[in-house]
Parts: sequence; C-alpha cells; structure tokens
Amino acid sequence: MTETRAIALDGAADAAAAAARADELCDAALAGDRRALARLLTAVENRTPVAEVALRRLYRIAGHAQLIGITGPPGAGKSTLVAALIAELRRAGRPVAVVAVDPSSPITGGAVLGDRVRMQAYATDDGVFIRSMASRGHSGGLSSATSAAAAVFDAAGFDVVLIETVGTGQSEVEVAATADTTVVVEAPEMGDEIQAIKAGLLEVADLIVVNKGDRPGAHRTAGQLLAMLSDTPREARSGHPAPKHPDVLVTTAATGDGVAELLAALDRHRSAVHGTVGETTRLARAEAQIWSVLSDRLHERARSIEAAPIAAALLRSVAAHELDPYAAADQLLELMAGRGGPAAEAGERS
Amino acid sequence: MTDRPLKVLIAKPGLDGHDRGAKVLARGLRDEGFEVVYTGLRQTPDMIVTAALQEDVDVVGLSILSGAHMTLVPRICALLRERGMDDVLVTAGGIIPDDDVPALKEGGVAAVFGPGTTIAQVADFLRANARSRD
Repeated sequence: MTETRAIALDGAADAAAAAARADELCDAALAGDRRALARLLTAVENRTPVAEVALRRLYRIAGHAQLIGITGPPGAGKSTLVAALIAELRRAGRPVAVVAVDPSSPITGGAVLGDRVRMQAYATDDGVFIRSMASRGHSGGLSSATSAAAAVFDAAGFDVVLIETVGTGQSEVEVAATADTTVVVEAPEMGDEIQAIKAGLLEVADLIVVNKGDRPGAHRTAGQLLAMLSDTPREARSGHPAPKHPDVLVTTAATGDGVAELLAALDRHRSAVHGTVGETTRLARAEAQIWSVLSDRLHERARSIEAAPIAAALLRSVAAHELDPYAAADQLLELMAGRGGPAAEAGERS
Repeated sequence: MTDRPLKVLIAKPGLDGHDRGAKVLARGLRDEGFEVVYTGLRQTPDMIVTAALQEDVDVVGLSILSGAHMTLVPRICALLRERGMDDVLVTAGGIIPDDDVPALKEGGVAAVFGPGTTIAQVADFLRANARSRD
C-alpha cells in the first residue's frame, strides 16, 4: 500500500516536471528560440510526456500554416523540388519549415536521412527550419510523429510547412490526411496510361508535378496523365468524397523552371482550401489525429500492468485454439472499459 | 531516456570533395541502428552547426581529408558551444596527423578516428559516450 502510494506520488512528480519542461520549451520556441523548437520536435518524435503536454497547448494555437505534402516515388526529385520551393518562398519573404521523412531499417531500426543534402543552400537562413525524421516502423509514407511535428511548426509561426514523404509506391496515401494540399511528384516515362488509371496515390493528388522537365518525354508524360485524369467523374458517387481534379504541371526543380508556377498553383489551392473545399480535408485530418491518439491510448492500456497477466492467459488460449481471437479481443476490450489505465489517469490530471 | 535510436550528423566541412568515407560510415552506422543525417559536401561550420541544432542530434561526426582540420574543427566546436550545444558529442575522422590530435581534443573533440578504424569501433564509442537526455 505504502509502496503503491510512493509510486503514485512519483508519477505525480514526473507529470509536474514534464508539464514544467513543456511550458519552458513552448514559451522559448514560441518566442523564436530555434534550439527549444528543435528539442520540442525531439520530444514529439519520441512521444514523451513532455510532448503530450506541449501538443495540447500548441494544437490550439496552430491552424494558420499552409501544410503542403510532397510525395512520389524514390528519385522523382521530391527533395530537390522542396529546395526549389524553399527558394521561391524565401524570395517572397515567407518563413518555411520542412519535415523530411526517410525510411527506417526494418532490420536494425537505423536510417540514413539524406533529404537535407539537396536543401543545404538554405541551411543558415533564419526563415528556414529543416527537420529530418525516420519513419520508425510506421507505414504509409510518414512517421507517426509527422502530423504533430507539422502542428509544432504551425504553432511556431511558419507560414508554410512542407512535408516530404519517404519515396512512395502506389498506395502510401497518408500524407493526404495530414496536409492541406498534396503534391504528387512523378518523373518522366514512369509509366503509361494504365498507371494513370490505377487506384492509389494519384487519386489523393491535389496537384501532379512531372519533374525533370528537361528530360525527353516529360511533356508527353504530363499529357498522358492529363488525358487520363480528364475522364475522372465530376460528381461524388454513392456517399464517397468528390473525386479530385488535379492540375498537371511540369517542373525542372534543379534549375527552378516551373517552380514559380507551382507555388502560384499551391497558393490558389490554399485559397480554395480555406473555403468549403477544405472542410473535408480538415475534418479528415482531425479524424486521423484523434484515431492516432486513440490507437496509442488503446495500445498503452492493453499493455498496462493490470491487463498483462490476463492478456498472457488469453494469448495461450488462442494459441491452443481453445479460444478464437475475436472472443479474446472482446474480453480485452471489456477489461479496458472496466478499468482506467495509466492513460486515463494522465487525461484526468490535466 | 527511452530506447530511441541515437541521432548522428555526418558532415564534411571545407573544400575536399571526397565523401566515400563519410557515406560508408553513414551506411555502417545505419546498420548499427543509428539515425544518420548526411548533409553532403563543402559545408561551412555555420551550415553544420545549424543542421546539428535543427536536427537536435546527439553526435556530430566530421570527416576531413583536406588538411584544414586545425582551422575548421575548433571553429565548429566553438560555434556549437556558442549556440548552447556543448552536450553534443563531436568526433572527427579522415586524414588527421597524430600530432594534431591533442590540440583537437583540447578544443572539444571527443575522439579522432583515423584510417583503419572499424565501423563497430565507432558505433561502440558513440553508444558509450553520447549524452543521455530527455
């Protein structure tokens, strides 16, 4: 009993320390301290108690930045295009933050984060903040902390947050639920019309960019994409969201050709997003954020000490085919609903 | 302190154009479970220190083959201190004469890894000496 109380007191002291540290970092970061901002991002990435307290404060003041997702296959030129967009935004005096995600090794957990190489021309510009992140086992093209990191930059006053995904295949579409505007970057000759009518990545694009416009075939690729996408129905069907009708642009990020036009298209989309068009995006993002926290909370609680022995018993029953996994999951859910885990307590405290 | 991966910046300050070693090390540390940020060739001390700050790395590894280490490395160490990052571990590698090592260590470098160092030696050193923090 005494021991339990001591642990509870420890927990309260830890929570108070986390809250104090979060306030200190938020105050400094919001006042323009770049190191505090960087530390805050680390906390968010490591999902520490400090991060949760900080994010509760920062989410409420975020919502002003334009969040632009840049996605597409490896080598299409996403990083180079981000660098070109930074140049264009800085010419207009707009502060810009970048979250660049690269994949973590599924074997060792290590990662090489190389997106910065293309962006180093702006390394020392005070109006630019670039943060690399490893995906850390998260599938979908982002890391699980990317959306929260974008919110931190948003709250810190960056006008634009560029979110660069890992090199994607056909179906990593998570960025569309994170960004206001999703840009899909393709390289010339990446596929014929059949590729353009497949479901997946192209469906979530608000803008499609065919990069490496100086290569042969770039304009033909853009033409093919445009032709196939022009068949997209105008109206929503049977309860689905209305299909998107992305413009197709050609850029040469390495020289900057077409990048001013891309930025103009992004700004036009931003205006549209601030109207009713963006309502769906904003609701989808809120939903994704809530589900992500909810899923973390459920995992936390499922792993909590109270549930553990029972979970182990259930595991054995299912392995021995005495119980089916559905019944086991239902029992765990009932257990969680009955008792407050550590996450519920943390929620009550604040 | 969680069991999150250590984050390392591998940087090439100055004007030499040989980054084979830096890339081999970046790849090797990846395989040792580190998150490695690589910034490419011809970086100024200011560029390196700003990248280290924005990325909030635990370690800055400097690769120099040009012979300019006695100018560049102390400058980077001083800038890191100036910007509040005195808890970042700094290491150097490349072609650095033994005679220069004591002065570099005096200036804030934790270790100098010359030719023949294995990736495992570097990884072990970083794991043992990088700061543990919140």
